[in-house]
Amino acid sequence: MNQYETTFIVTPVLADEDVKKTIQEYMDFLKSNGAEIVEEAHWGLRQMAYPIKKKTTGIYHHVEYKAAPEMIEKFELSLRRDESIMRFLSVRLDKYSLKYNDDKRAGLVGRNKKKQEPKKTEEA
Amino acid sequence: MAQNKNIRFLSAIKIGKEKKKYCRFLKNGIKYIDYKDPEFLLSFVNDQGKLLPRRLSGNSLKYQRKVAQAVKRARHLALLPYSTDLLK
Repeated sequence: MNQYETTFIVTPVLADEDVKKTIQEYMDFLKSNGAEIVEEAHWGLRQMAYPIKKKTTGIYHHVEYKAAPEMIEKFELSLRRDESIMRFLSVRLDKYSLKYNDDKRAGLVGRNKKKQEPKKTEEA
Repeated sequence: MAQNKNIRFLSAIKIGKEKKKYCRFLKNGIKYIDYKDPEFLLSFVNDQGKLLPRRLSGNSLKYQRKVAQAVKRARHLALLPYSTDLLK
């Protein structure tokens, strides 16, 4: 089991429900293939830096999960075959990125960094 | 006043002495560069969207490679452009 993260871009021409359905489909796909979802982030409709398939916006979805390496191939194949997925990127997380993601969730690093909180170890 | 005039140039004027560049990742102990943060990665590309050389960014080789990897991933996801004009 490795930890991976995948970001994919869904085409904006779909209706809202269809987008939700597509995303849900892939989440179910992950779960049914023995992946354990760590975090899911829906970035929503975003302006892209350059047009892809003549679209200038896309719906971004990001998911972090633990899975067996064999599953990634199947997952990517189904993403590749789907016409409503414009782009995707899967990355295996190494120890540094794992720590970064954990810190990010805890609000220690990254864009949504919390203001300095008094750091206290458990005493008393 | 005359005295002041003389004193003014006693110490050599510093011209062209730049601060030594350093690798910000080494200095701040950052181990991972996030490709999902295009605003941050913008500081490593020029206004055409090209990667800046180490000579200008001051990154160590290890982290320059990581920056390059992150920028390329961000470009693939259309978070950063492959090439443009007037990016900044």
